[in-house]
Amino acid sequence: MQPSSEKMSIFVNKDTRLLVQGITGREGQFHTRQCIAYGTNVVAGVTPGKGGQAMDDVPVFNTVLEAVAGTGADCAMIFVPPAFAADAIMEAADADMGLIVSITEGIPVMDMMRVKNFLASKSSRLIGPNCPGIITPGQCKVGIMPGPIHLPGPIGVVSRSGTLTYEVVDQLTKQGLGQSTCIGIGGDPVNGTDFIDCLAAFENDPVTKGIVMIGEIGGSAEEEACTFIAGNVTKPVVGFVAGLTAPPGRRMGHAGAIVSGGSGTAQAKIDAMQEADIQVCTDLGTLGELCAQAFARNV
Amino acid sequence: MKIHEYQAKELFRNANIPVPKGKAAFSVEEACTVAEELGGYPVVIKAQIHAGGRGKGGGVKLAGSLQEAKNIALQILNMNLVTPQTGPEGKLVRKVLVEEGLNIARELYLSILPDRATANIVIMASQAGGMDIEEVAAESPEKIVRVAVNPLVGIQPYHCREVAFGLNLGPEVTKLFNAMLVNLYRFFVSHDCSLVEINPLVVTAENSIIALDAKIDIDSNGLYRHKDLLELRDIDEEDALEVEASRYNLNYINLSGNVGNMVNGAGLAMATMDIIKKAGAEPANFLDVGGGANAEMVENGFRIILADENVKAILINIFGGILRCDVLAEGVVQAARKTGISVPVVIRMEGTNVEEGRRILADSGLNLITAVDLKDAAHKIAAIVQI
Repeated sequence: MQPSSEKMSIFVNKDTRLLVQGITGREGQFHTRQCIAYGTNVVAGVTPGKGGQAMDDVPVFNTVLEAVAGTGADCAMIFVPPAFAADAIMEAADADMGLIVSITEGIPVMDMMRVKNFLASKSSRLIGPNCPGIITPGQCKVGIMPGPIHLPGPIGVVSRSGTLTYEVVDQLTKQGLGQSTCIGIGGDPVNGTDFIDCLAAFENDPVTKGIVMIGEIGGSAEEEACTFIAGNVTKPVVGFVAGLTAPPGRRMGHAGAIVSGGSGTAQAKIDAMQEADIQVCTDLGTLGELCAQAFARNV
Repeated sequence: MKIHEYQAKELFRNANIPVPKGKAAFSVEEACTVAEELGGYPVVIKAQIHAGGRGKGGGVKLAGSLQEAKNIALQILNMNLVTPQTGPEGKLVRKVLVEEGLNIARELYLSILPDRATANIVIMASQAGGMDIEEVAAESPEKIVRVAVNPLVGIQPYHCREVAFGLNLGPEVTKLFNAMLVNLYRFFVSHDCSLVEINPLVVTAENSIIALDAKIDIDSNGLYRHKDLLELRDIDEEDALEVEASRYNLNYINLSGNVGNMVNGAGLAMATMDIIKKAGAEPANFLDVGGGANAEMVENGFRIILADENVKAILINIFGGILRCDVLAEGVVQAARKTGISVPVVIRMEGTNVEEGRRILADSGLNLITAVDLKDAAHKIAAIVQI
C-alpha cells in the first residue's frame, strides 16, 4: 500500500480504506465501532452468508473479492476465530489487500507456517496475528488499542505485546511525546511483519524522529533487529525487553514467549540492544522519562 | 501440551514409526506381567514423567530376569525422581514403561520442529545420539545436520537423502530410515506438533531403525482439531494451581517467590514480574487475566493467587484501555470481600475512568493500597516486602 497523503506515517493513514473480516461477530462489531469513532474509514465488512446486510452503516459482503470490487478497500482487519483465521488471511491476500492486520489469537503454528510461505508470493503485508493492530494517531486506527491514550507526534513504536504497548504509549503521551505510528507485531512464534520491516519504515518516514522497540523473551527477532539497527538506523532507538524473571521452558502467555534450550532469554536481547547502542530501559516505570531524555535532541 | 513417552510411542506405532515392543505399567504386578509377555530378558524399565534426563536420575534401568524386573519396578514406581529438568523438588513416578532390550549398534539423534523465523519445518539430526542437542550444538555444531522443509511443499526424497547421508547410514539402513523419516514428518504435520524428538534413534545390530525414546509436544492452539490427543493430557504431571487456573481460562504459572501479581496482557504481566524483582522481591506467579479482564476473572485470579501459601503481598496492574477502571475497581472490591484477602494489595490501574475507579477503591474500607503509576507501585511493593 502506498500512502498518498502528504502527512507521512507507516502502513496506515487517513486514506486507508478498511475492510473488517468477521465484522458481525461480537468482537468484530465492538472494535469496528471503536475504529469508526476514532476516524478510521471503514468501507466494508465480510461475513460469509451475511452479504447484503449492513453493520451500522457498513455494507457486509460474502467474500473479500466482492467487498474489494464494491468498495475499493485496501486494508483488512481480521476478527474471525482461530480455526478460520488462516483461511481469512489467505483470502485477503488473494484479493491483493495491501495490508492485512490479524488480531486473532490462537492460530495453530502449522497454519501460520503455511500462510507465511503463501504470502511470500503475494504483495500483501501481514501484521500479527495475536496483536493489537496498528494506529497512526489522529489519522487511522486498525486494531483494538484504546485510541485516547495516543497523541500524534514524532515517535515510532513497535512491539510484540498488547497492553505493554499501551503502557509505553501512555507514558510517552504523558511526556508530551506523540507517536507517528504504533505497531503491535504480535506475540506468536510465526508472524508477518517483523521488527526489521517496521524499523526500516520508521527510518524512511520523515515524521518519525525516534523509535521505541518493545521486545520479550522467545526467538531471536530482537537480536536480528539489533544487527539491522547497527547498520541501517540513524534515528535514536530506546529498547525494552519483558521477561527477565521468566522461568525457562514455560510459555509466558504469548505462544512465542518461551526460553528454550537456553536461547531467547531477555538478557541476551538486552545485551544485543546495548551492543547496537540502543538505550535500554531497565525500569518500565521510568520509560517515558528515559525517552524524553533520549529523544530531546531529535524532537 | 506434553505427553508421556509411552503415549508418544503408541502414536508412533500407529504411524509406522518403529518403536520397541513394550507397554506401560501402573503397578509392580503389571510391570512383571508386561516383562513376561515380552518373551525374553533383558527388559528396560523406564519411569514415565514429563521431564527429560530420567536416566541420569536413576529412572531408567535394565532388568535381566523377572526377579530383577520386580525389584526395579518396586524401586522406580512411587519414587520421587529428580532430574536436571524437574528441579530439586523432583516428580513422583506413577507409571513405568516396560520394553524389550535391543542390540544397539549406533545411537543417533533426530528431531523435527518449526523454525519461527523462516516458517519452515526443520529436521535436525546428529550422530551423537543420547546427548542433549543443545550440548552438541555448543560443542560441535558441525555434527548437526539441519534440513529445512517448506510446509507448502512437504518432505521430498532429497530432504531424506540429505539427512541420511549426513548421518552416514549406509545403503541398507538408509532405505528404512528414509521411510521412517517421511512417516515422522507426516506425523508431525498431521498432529500439529511443536516438537518431535527421538533421542536416541538406534540402529540395531540387525540393521533395523528403532525409536528408543520418543518426545512429543503438541501445539495447544492446534488441539481443537485433535480431540483424541486431548485425552492424553496427564493432569498429575501439572501444577495443581495451574490446572485449576486453566479451568477459569486464566493464564497462570506458579513460581517460587512471595509477591503475587495479576495483570492484563502477557507482555505487561512479564514486565510486572520484572518490576517485582527489581523492587527486591520475587514474583510468586505469572498471571495474565486477558486483555478484556472482567470482575469474575479478577475474583478467580485472587482465589488462585491466595491459594499459594508463600504469597505475602499482591500487586495488581491493569492497563484498562477499553476496559473501564470503575468496572474493574468494583470487581476488585467484590472479589476482595468474597475471598477475604489477608495480605496487603497494591493496585495500579490506568485507563478510562481511572479517577472514579480509585474513588471506589478508597471508599471500600478495604486495605487496598492505590498506586498512581508503575514507579509508585514498585516503591509500595518494595516498602511492603522489606518489612
